[in-house]
Amino acid sequence: MTFIDRPVAIGLDLPRRDGAAKVRGTAVYAYETPVENPAYAHPVQATVARGRVTALDTAAAEVLDGVLAVLTPATAERLASTEDRELAALQDDGVAFRGQVVALVVADSSETARHAAALVRVTYAQEPHDSELRADRDDLYAPERVNPDFPTDTVEGDVAAATAVAAVVVEQTYTTATYHNNPLEPHATTAHWEPADGRLTLWDSTQGVHPARTAVASVFGLDEAKVRVVCPYVGGGFGSKGTPHVNVVLAAMAARAVPGRPVRLALTRQQMFSLAGYRTPTVQRCLLAAERDGRLTALAVDVVEQTSRIKEFAEQTGVPARMMYAVANRRTTHRLAALDVPVPSWMRAPGECPGMFGPEVAMDELAERLGLDPVELRIRNEPVTDPQTGKPFSSRNLVGCLREGAARFGWSGRDPRPGVRRDGDWLVGTGVAASTYPVHRMSKSTAVIRREGDRYVAEIGAADLGTGTWTTLAQIAADALGVPVERVEVRIGDTDHPMATVAGGSSGMSTWGSAVVEAARAFRTRYGAEPPERAEASGSVPPADDRWAMHAFGAQFAEARVHLDTGEIRVPRLLGVFAVGRIVNPRTARSQLVGGMTMGLSMALHEHSVLDPRTGHVVNHDLADYHIAANADVAEVEAHWLDEHDPHVNAMGTKGIGEIGIVGTAAAVSNAVWHACGARVRDLPVTLDKVLPALEDPPGR
Amino acid sequence: MKPFEYRSPADAAAAVRSVAGNPAAVFLGGGTNLVDHLKLGVAAPDLVVHVADLLPAGIEELDGGTLRIGAGVRNSDLAADRRVRERFPVLSQALLSGASGQLRNMATTGGNPLQRTRCVYFQDVTTPCNKRQPGSGCSAVGGWTRHHAVLGASEHCLAVHPSDMAVAMAALDARVRVLGPDGERTIPFTGLHRLPAGTPERDTVLEHGDLITAIDLPPLPLARRSAYRKVRDRASYAFALVSVAAAVEVRDGVITDARVAFGGVAHVPWRAHRAERVLRGAPATEETYRAAADAELADARPADGPDGGNAFKIPLLRRTLAATLRGLVREDAR
Ligand SMILES: Cc1cc2nc3c(=O)[nH]c(=O)nc-3n(C[C@H](O)[C@H](O)[C@H](O)COP(=O)(O)OP(=O)(O)OC[C@H]3O[C@@H](n4cnc5c(N)ncnc54)[C@H](O)[C@@H]3O)c2cc1C
Ligand code: SF4
Repeated sequence: MTFIDRPVAIGLDLPRRDGAAKVRGTAVYAYETPVENPAYAHPVQATVARGRVTALDTAAAEVLDGVLAVLTPATAERLASTEDRELAALQDDGVAFRGQVVALVVADSSETARHAAALVRVTYAQEPHDSELRADRDDLYAPERVNPDFPTDTVEGDVAAATAVAAVVVEQTYTTATYHNNPLEPHATTAHWEPADGRLTLWDSTQGVHPARTAVASVFGLDEAKVRVVCPYVGGGFGSKGTPHVNVVLAAMAARAVPGRPVRLALTRQQMFSLAGYRTPTVQRCLLAAERDGRLTALAVDVVEQTSRIKEFAEQTGVPARMMYAVANRRTTHRLAALDVPVPSWMRAPGECPGMFGPEVAMDELAERLGLDPVELRIRNEPVTDPQTGKPFSSRNLVGCLREGAARFGWSGRDPRPGVRRDGDWLVGTGVAASTYPVHRMSKSTAVIRREGDRYVAEIGAADLGTGTWTTLAQIAADALGVPVERVEVRIGDTDHPMATVAGGSSGMSTWGSAVVEAARAFRTRYGAEPPERAEASGSVPPADDRWAMHAFGAQFAEARVHLDTGEIRVPRLLGVFAVGRIVNPRTARSQLVGGMTMGLSMALHEHSVLDPRTGHVVNHDLADYHIAANADVAEVEAHWLDEHDPHVNAMGTKGIGEIGIVGTAAAVSNAVWHACGARVRDLPVTLDKVLPALEDPPGR
Repeated sequence: MKPFEYRSPADAAAAVRSVAGNPAAVFLGGGTNLVDHLKLGVAAPDLVVHVADLLPAGIEELDGGTLRIGAGVRNSDLAADRRVRERFPVLSQALLSGASGQLRNMATTGGNPLQRTRCVYFQDVTTPCNKRQPGSGCSAVGGWTRHHAVLGASEHCLAVHPSDMAVAMAALDARVRVLGPDGERTIPFTGLHRLPAGTPERDTVLEHGDLITAIDLPPLPLARRSAYRKVRDRASYAFALVSVAAAVEVRDGVITDARVAFGGVAHVPWRAHRAERVLRGAPATEETYRAAADAELADARPADGPDGGNAFKIPLLRRTLAATLRGLVREDAR
């Protein structure tokens, strides 16, 4: 593995190549793909959480002018594979969660389709459902593995024995809420079957055209060569477009039901709350035991979370605690409740995001109990090697991030006492938490480099979620080829390009970039400095170097203000410092980190999908009621990084930056709120009703 | 969305005739609430009669100093009016605390007080709701009640009225001018909305076909020192958890007159007469503020819910009232 050690294009602050097209509105998204004579599909959703459909009266819908077809389990085509039950649309009359699709209307306009969908009368044989996650349920089970492939439980040493003799023990339950990804662009597809040869083209908003093709080909029993998935631009995904959801299958089914006509299907915002994945709520029982000097002697994180009855997704919430700090006695467990709820899935930093809330608030509580500075407490527990695998870290700069962050934030001299700083009508406090995210690189992905005129073209089926791939892959290719970046053209987002893996696990840059570097090397080896026209070479991701534990780290600092009278909470300042390997493009990198932190702030203060256990659905299923941080909530958000050189991770030295920004933010905010007003909020979101009891009445003035 | 006929008549009388003559007709103001309901199926009219452009869009000062606000005046224009900002800051502040700039540019003075509750069950046609479908039951009872009422609710409906503007109007003794099939009439703003009791489907006392043409603000000198304090779950663009509209007059440390109304806690913008009675003639002290809140909240009843219900609104409102009054008295002392 060689390192590109004299970067020229890598590291440049280049604007996004697709930026102008997006600002001008000329970038074409899945739903807007120009096609001839499109039809529109709208799903009908179950209004019970469990049971069977006993009758579907489609008459009123079918007679409506403009309605082309109403698909039901009785009329819909049989799919080749129903193994993935989330994707087995309209194959039987069972209802496994409220909001599941029970019929689909196809019409000439989206308005007609939606109106007709409302006219479909569905009768159910309702069965009692169970949609409520509680840690004291008696039917919790241990999944075989947790996402993507980690052991469910780990035990090291003897937690109980170490706890019994520890100087200080913190043991508390922390909870994170249900969250919905809510990208700006809804899940949307334009589907077209070629009448002549049965080829299927999907213009789909996806984080991976090739993985989407594989899934769809399998569901429909098609040769992958007969399916093309195209996606040049994605209006955000945050994991919810990482695997195809049922909307993609429905769009393809609908298009086949109206031969010769392409079909467009976009989920409404409300439908996204039951059909496009979400993050499970988590209950985290956390235990920390320490010596007087703050050195940890035991750590346990026991997680309870949910999955759906029809498809398992086990969020790896306890995983980050396995490698974060040096502690000899450790236990982590995951238990699931399989409920009558929609299928949970990936959401930005699955595992790390919820899993660094409980433990990082617990660290703050431990610091409080020990009378030790929380930055110092973390530094004292810095491991030499990965506590989980025993391997050396390829690089680990948590301490550097904490120190640099403390300096930039103005942490030193902080009075540790809660509730003693006032600024007008506001109580003021500060908090810190650590961030981490593993360095993932997928084992497959291929790129092709070709000379076309005076340009070098790099082709790979990669995705750009607004993250910057169009721009950053060009920077990598340029340096790998040793040519100016202006001469490199990138082509991504199409299964006609070589196979690429999903934009997930913050692996995009590391995986696709590695393939591009390999292709460029092959190209240069074969053609030297003067390649002929149409010269072409391909390259694939090389095997990873598994001698190392590879992780990115960060430290996040927050200032919180709590209103003396009302308990309103504001976060005027967030500052993060990250050690994330080499930065390919500071502009796109900063926007990833700042975006992640902003989403973390939103999680800390606002986001919360409220499931009504009586109906089994999320009742605040729109953006007026599911609050995300609005402009006025987001003040100063600063992201910095250390100049980190890690020769082991991959040829570029990159670690992945899409997710780490959301990790630890909520803990830093909760810790700052405690410091401001003395209320320790262990259940997200941190809202005013949770701090109100801690405030003086009437407020001392 | 169900297809409907759309009409844009020439004048208010024609609009009233159109709607009064068709039980499935509705007025369309700025459409910021109604259009959502059309899409969600919460409203399914056969006829939509656009009135935003035919209603008076100006603010007129009548003899005697009353400000007559045309029902077609957009929320943003009303908030920005210099007379309103000087004489009724509480109203301007209430408007600016609501929705977003874009929505306020569309929303009308007539439509704002008639916007419907944001109760999530009301907005979801797949859940029972007495307000949407009389007799179907109230899903909020035993459901998510964070945004629901603690005052004046009934077992049939716990919804709150969502408007901020209306809370200020209730405090300011505003009067509503209505054109109905039988001619014009004026009703006090505090008599416009009604408590749910057994008929939550009726938000107001208006009859089908009644059109709001204007809202009158009679002179109220003490309102020059008035304020709107809205407490919500994010810093902007959210409905009130609780809100307080207040105006006070203080002489020599004694409150000589006061107007107080609450938002976010009842099916109506809640004029706090009991609190006002405690305040009038009492010293401007923390004890008085608390006593005023206690008097008004004596009958407050929280609702349970899966995330803890809304009991927090009671202490929150007490604290918010005290903070608002304290702020006004301080301002007065300056
Ligand atoms: C996301 C969002 C956030 C919001 N946040 C807030 C907030 O924080 N605070 C707040 O106060 N409001 C908020 N609003 C609501 C907004 O203020 C109202 O939608 C608006 O004031 C309604 O006015 P309109 O003219 O658009 O009414 P429309 O939507 O046109 O009509 C509302 C109702 O009034 C009837 N109507 C309209 N005009 C008349 C008339 N002249 N006479 C008789 N009947 C009439 C209609 O038939 C309809 O039933 C928010 C809205 C949205 C969408
Ligand atoms: S509170 Fe009122 S609006 Fe809400 S569900 Fe009950 S009846 Fe309907």
